[in-house]
Amino acid sequence: MAERPQISGSLFKRLTAILIFGSMLLSIVLFFVVREFAARIAQAGQDSILEASVSSIIDAAVIRDGRVEVDFPYASFSMLDTDQNDRVFYAIRQDGQLLSGYKVIPQTDRLRTDSAFFETRILAQSKFRIASAQRVLIGSQRSTTVSVYVAQTQDSLSQTLKQISLNVGALCLVFFTFTAILSYIAALATVRPLSRLASSVQRRSGEDLRPFKQPVPSEMVPLVSSLNSLMNRLDQTLTRSEDFIAEAAHRVRTPLATVRSYAETTLQRVTKSENRNALKAMMRAVDESSRAAGQLLDHAMITFRADHLDKQQVDLSGIVEDLATSLAPIAEMKDLKIVLRTDGPVHVEGDPILLQNAFRNVLDNALKYAPFETEVTIQVTDSPRPTVTISDLGAGFPNDEIQALTKRFRRGKNAKNSIGSGLGLTIAQDVALAHGGSVALTNGKSGGACVTFYL
Amino acid sequence: MKFLLVEDNLELAKAISNRLQVDGHVVDHVGKISEAIDYFASYEYDLVLLDVMLPDGDGRTFLKHQRTQNDGTPVIVLTARSQVSDRISMLDLGADDYVTKPFDHAELEARCRAVLRRKSNDRQTTKQFGNVEFNSIEGRLSVGGKTVNLRNRELRLLEVFLNAPGQIFSKQKLVDRLFSYDEDVSENAVEVYVGRLRKHLSGSPLMITTLRGLGYRLDYG
Amino acid sequence: MRYFLSVILAFCSSLCAAQVWEDQRIFGAAEATQQLRILSSTDTSFLVPVIDAFLEDRPNLKIEYLVHGTSTIDLLYRQNPGDFDLVISSAMDLQLKLVNDGFGKQVDDIDLPKSAKWRDTLFAFTKEPAAIVLNRAAFPNGDLPKTRQDLITALRNQPDVFKDKIATYDVRTSGLGYLFATQDARSSETFWRLMEVMGGLGTRLYCCSGQMIDGLVLGDIAVAYNVLGSYAEARAKTEPALAVILPSDFPTTMMRTIFASDAAQTNLEAEAFIRFLIEQQRDDGRNITGLPSVMSFGTQQSIPLNPALLSYLDALKRRTFIEAWENALVQ
Repeated sequence: MAERPQISGSLFKRLTAILIFGSMLLSIVLFFVVREFAARIAQAGQDSILEASVSSIIDAAVIRDGRVEVDFPYASFSMLDTDQNDRVFYAIRQDGQLLSGYKVIPQTDRLRTDSAFFETRILAQSKFRIASAQRVLIGSQRSTTVSVYVAQTQDSLSQTLKQISLNVGALCLVFFTFTAILSYIAALATVRPLSRLASSVQRRSGEDLRPFKQPVPSEMVPLVSSLNSLMNRLDQTLTRSEDFIAEAAHRVRTPLATVRSYAETTLQRVTKSENRNALKAMMRAVDESSRAAGQLLDHAMITFRADHLDKQQVDLSGIVEDLATSLAPIAEMKDLKIVLRTDGPVHVEGDPILLQNAFRNVLDNALKYAPFETEVTIQVTDSPRPTVTISDLGAGFPNDEIQALTKRFRRGKNAKNSIGSGLGLTIAQDVALAHGGSVALTNGKSGGACVTFYL
Repeated sequence: MKFLLVEDNLELAKAISNRLQVDGHVVDHVGKISEAIDYFASYEYDLVLLDVMLPDGDGRTFLKHQRTQNDGTPVIVLTARSQVSDRISMLDLGADDYVTKPFDHAELEARCRAVLRRKSNDRQTTKQFGNVEFNSIEGRLSVGGKTVNLRNRELRLLEVFLNAPGQIFSKQKLVDRLFSYDEDVSENAVEVYVGRLRKHLSGSPLMITTLRGLGYRLDYG
Repeated sequence: MRYFLSVILAFCSSLCAAQVWEDQRIFGAAEATQQLRILSSTDTSFLVPVIDAFLEDRPNLKIEYLVHGTSTIDLLYRQNPGDFDLVISSAMDLQLKLVNDGFGKQVDDIDLPKSAKWRDTLFAFTKEPAAIVLNRAAFPNGDLPKTRQDLITALRNQPDVFKDKIATYDVRTSGLGYLFATQDARSSETFWRLMEVMGGLGTRLYCCSGQMIDGLVLGDIAVAYNVLGSYAEARAKTEPALAVILPSDFPTTMMRTIFASDAAQTNLEAEAFIRFLIEQQRDDGRNITGLPSVMSFGTQQSIPLNPALLSYLDALKRRTFIEAWENALVQ
């Protein structure tokens, strides 16, 4: 049947992957930006404390008795207390000469008086942030410059940064999860019209070639348009081939009808038995070929319809009654009586056209094989399950072939005088199977074929 | 009976007409729907035989037209299609029955009779011969007020005789008329039906005479 | 103190080949191959139970316990940080500066409140107030001063009784004395008034709490200011003449601290000792040293362990402070 198309990835997966990759990238960028920002703020916090410390020390510098004294407040260093007990180095210099503190702090020539200068250096194997500033003291003899350096390790800062990184990381993870879910939903929403279209194509029956009218997103318009145009062309092709078949049938059957009518007329006029036999053979050939053609078409149609059963609530009794009416003239020709026995309406889920066709084929056979002036019985019962039984009082089925009979193109041995009934039973059985039922062939006690549909 | 045959294939139309005339019917033949509508407006017909595919349209067009005219003349469609759905849609449009080409004229006749029986309640189709009344549509024969319903073959045999009183019908001819070609019956089967008819007609002026070696003849009086 | 070998070692800061110690003892088996050297300002007696218990299941370890004044300890240690495994001192500022300068070794997961440790390197194991210790004989009416102001009043009222009978640390030589003095000065102006009064009465200066308590017991001294309350309480149990006053205007409380030397080789045993000491030094009446644990005295704050302790160790500030102190006290 339909060839499975080659698959090159999934639109949905690709879209989801792109969106999720995007949100991952975004999360990572967000992480670094926020962390960098936080790091700057944290560094600015440390710097401002260091600057405050420096300025509180430098403010305490005075010249007393020609000597520089720096009786800085206790708070100058206590303000540098941190959670992680960062180490503190400091240096107080007068004109570059170390007055007190740590000589490991290198001097800088970028000292300013208005604000602090900051730098980060490795001192004694540890990273220190150094703030420094200077101040000019005017003494009675001369003026002198006092510079103050306060340095602090960054343990607390990096601890804070670690904490911030963790928090930002968690935030970004939440952000990522959220956007990933959104991406998934977005991809799903994008692909949904596609799958909806696909399922609506799938749901359609084979003959339904109407264009798709449901609104679709603009991106899908080209697809749906070309699909519609394809359907249109297909519809035209199908219609054309249907017309072609009809035309072909017409072309073939019309001359056949002509031949048959002439043969019949002629048969009335000739008396010579060899001529009569020839004419009869002609008529038989015409009937057989037309009937075979008809049944082949019916069977093809049934095979096709069985795949797409047009199920609806049908009344078996109603169908059988219509059929009996329609075939009554044929029965009359042999003075056959069609006896209908029904228990009122019997409803089943089924395709009325197929069911009617199946019953017709069996009833045709019954009418064909029934002897003159007998009865053909159609019985419809509802329980234990919906059943249609068609029986005649003819010769019945040959016992040894009863099973093989329903096989295609098989005809009963005793049917040599009746026109092609080969496909009739096959059609009946195919229809029954398509409805989840079965057909049983039996012979009546007093002879006669009996075909039972269990539905 | 008078038929209007609407069929574009001339050969077929001729064949059908011939065949119907053998049975003593009158046939007007047209090849187009437009002609059919004209004829239909001008003459009265007992029955229309309508081909589906015609050069100027579908048989359905005629059916629709006929329906708008509110005309009750029965229509039997001649179709080349065998699909069930197509047949059904024809019936839905107002055709009374259909036969599939090629068809057995006996079947056509049977269908015609059935259709007429269904639709011609008001029609006087009874033939009268003295104290005999015969309604061929209903298949009813009454002799001196005593009515019998004829079996199909008895009815057809009587029709054959009544269409040509005084004409000699060979046994073979009668077999051809009563039985299908593929029914394996001997000429003597006719004797059964002739015997039955004689019994039904006893006490009437109608009499079936046996002409040894030649066949049968219906005599009146 | 009973174990004193030498009394006047306060000025012995120059290192000779054979260092002279206030006390020097070796614990553990002589043949033990491993040795811990503990440099300490704490009297040996307080640490004996700890060391003995610690060595109980360490037969291969001996401990050399070396006692000196806080300032000398700082000096000795800075000269040879690799020679000592552990440093114990009551001078919080000097200890904190040593750790700040990078001499300490970090020991993780020591179960102490944050206020009692610094950089996971310096660990406090006692909390000891500075006390005013009196000889009850000098206050015959039993009216003992409760605050520094009370003391000033008492001294002023009876200058003749107290003349030359007042004692305090010589802050120039005692690290702990300097810590107490600077913290007092930071807390209140009363300190300077007291110093002036004491200076006027000819105060005697000591290197150590023990000597001041000895003087009080002998009756040479009537009032000792800023004596280590824990030592005094220990002596007061047997010397009823001693009255230990924790001044109620503002208390000055220090924490005795220990750290392991980063430069030393026997780091694992040093770490183990710190853990053992902190574990045994509990506030449930079983504190092994007999000194009050860091949880004692309720919510009373001790001098906090933070970089501010570096302030008064600054050369300029020290010079300024010592000058002011000398002006007040050494007249």
